[in-house]
Amino acid sequence: MYEGPVQDLIDELGRLPGVGPKSAQRIAFHLLGADPADIARLQQALQKVKEGVVFCDVCGNVSEEATCRICRDARRDPGSVCVVEEPKDVLAIERTREFKGRYHVLGGALDPLSGIGPDQLRVRELLARISDQEVTEVILATDPNTEGEATATYLVRMLRDFPGLTVTRLASGLPMGGDLEFADELTLGRALSGRRTV
Amino acid sequence: MSLYRDTGVVLRVQKLGEADRIITLVTRKHGKVRAVAKGVRRTTSRFGARVEPFAHVDVQFYTGRTLDIITQVQTLDAFGAGIMSDYQRYTAGCAVLETADRLSAEEGEPVLRLYLLVTGALRALADGQRDSSLVLDAFLLRAMAFAGWAPAVRECARCNEPGPHRSFSVPAGGSVCPRCRPAGAAIPAQDTLVLMDALASGTWDVAEAASPNARREGSGLIAALLQWHLERQLRSLPLVDRKGVPSGQ
Repeated sequence: MYEGPVQDLIDELGRLPGVGPKSAQRIAFHLLGADPADIARLQQALQKVKEGVVFCDVCGNVSEEATCRICRDARRDPGSVCVVEEPKDVLAIERTREFKGRYHVLGGALDPLSGIGPDQLRVRELLARISDQEVTEVILATDPNTEGEATATYLVRMLRDFPGLTVTRLASGLPMGGDLEFADELTLGRALSGRRTV
Repeated sequence: MSLYRDTGVVLRVQKLGEADRIITLVTRKHGKVRAVAKGVRRTTSRFGARVEPFAHVDVQFYTGRTLDIITQVQTLDAFGAGIMSDYQRYTAGCAVLETADRLSAEEGEPVLRLYLLVTGALRALADGQRDSSLVLDAFLLRAMAFAGWAPAVRECARCNEPGPHRSFSVPAGGSVCPRCRPAGAAIPAQDTLVLMDALASGTWDVAEAASPNARREGSGLIAALLQWHLERQLRSLPLVDRKGVPSGQ
């Protein structure tokens, strides 16, 4: 145990996800020896993230204003909405530079084992958005795991009655750089059923 | 180096660190096992998709200091594909997994019957031949029997007098005769008790002919019995989609 403020800092850092006691100690001593200007910048960034960041009224993504940068951008196609679980998934799709539409962040996936049902997610907001706006395509980009697939299944059921709406799901298949013999049956099965003519 | 191998069903997964997961399985020989699957959240993982909930797998474990480590996995039955494709089956399947997790409280204690019950229930849900709500109720009744809490349906739960009896008491453990009837006992329809008996014994033609009212009442009584014995609410039960039939909370 260290004295007062150092131990307090180690304890606080240790509460962050993925930071164990050893890492917390290492970061604390790094901060102790850091330039005061760097510490002031970190302090400001921490304060700003809590006070200045809100969730976008339209899509639920993190934003500095009531409406996020992507929803404000008139060049983005309002007819195409990509549904993701978390704000970090928006960034992952943006990095591809392939998608020019807008997003809808659900805030998680359906997980009855953790008590998360449709009412705990932003499903109602998605349905309202599709009813009100000129949305022609919804891309379901939930995670390719059990909860993400079940969420996509549920959304397909809720969206199929909207006239003129196309609902698509991200393709699923084999990753680059792998060996076929190591592919699991589920992924290989999907890669086969979703094969395309070349 | 201590390795062991077993077959099991993945009950739940929890994130651990950057890309690992803690996998909880109910296994044939070693009961409930919690083990670490390293790197399975990466898209390049060799067995990430095999250790998802509902998967019936053949696993090799390495005995660790606190938690064992999963080193190899092979799929026996990919129940997940059939269950995830239907929301009703998915919510019923989650309730099956959570019940199995609660009933196999001790890690390492063999629970062969529960393991067989879970695989049977998941197989029925993945097939989609039977109503998912009935499959779930049949599983819950049989799982309670495994735990020693089989509800009395044909006789009085207290004095064993042959029935059928009209009253049903959750704290007493099933139907009760007029002499043993405690205050506050419910009076379910006779069809409901017939349905519960059919589900417990696997008489599917009788169970499938039951009316919607009997199914709704039966589901409510079964959920109440299970949660009374477990002394806690199951998170997944209120979220079970029963085609408009409330889950009986």
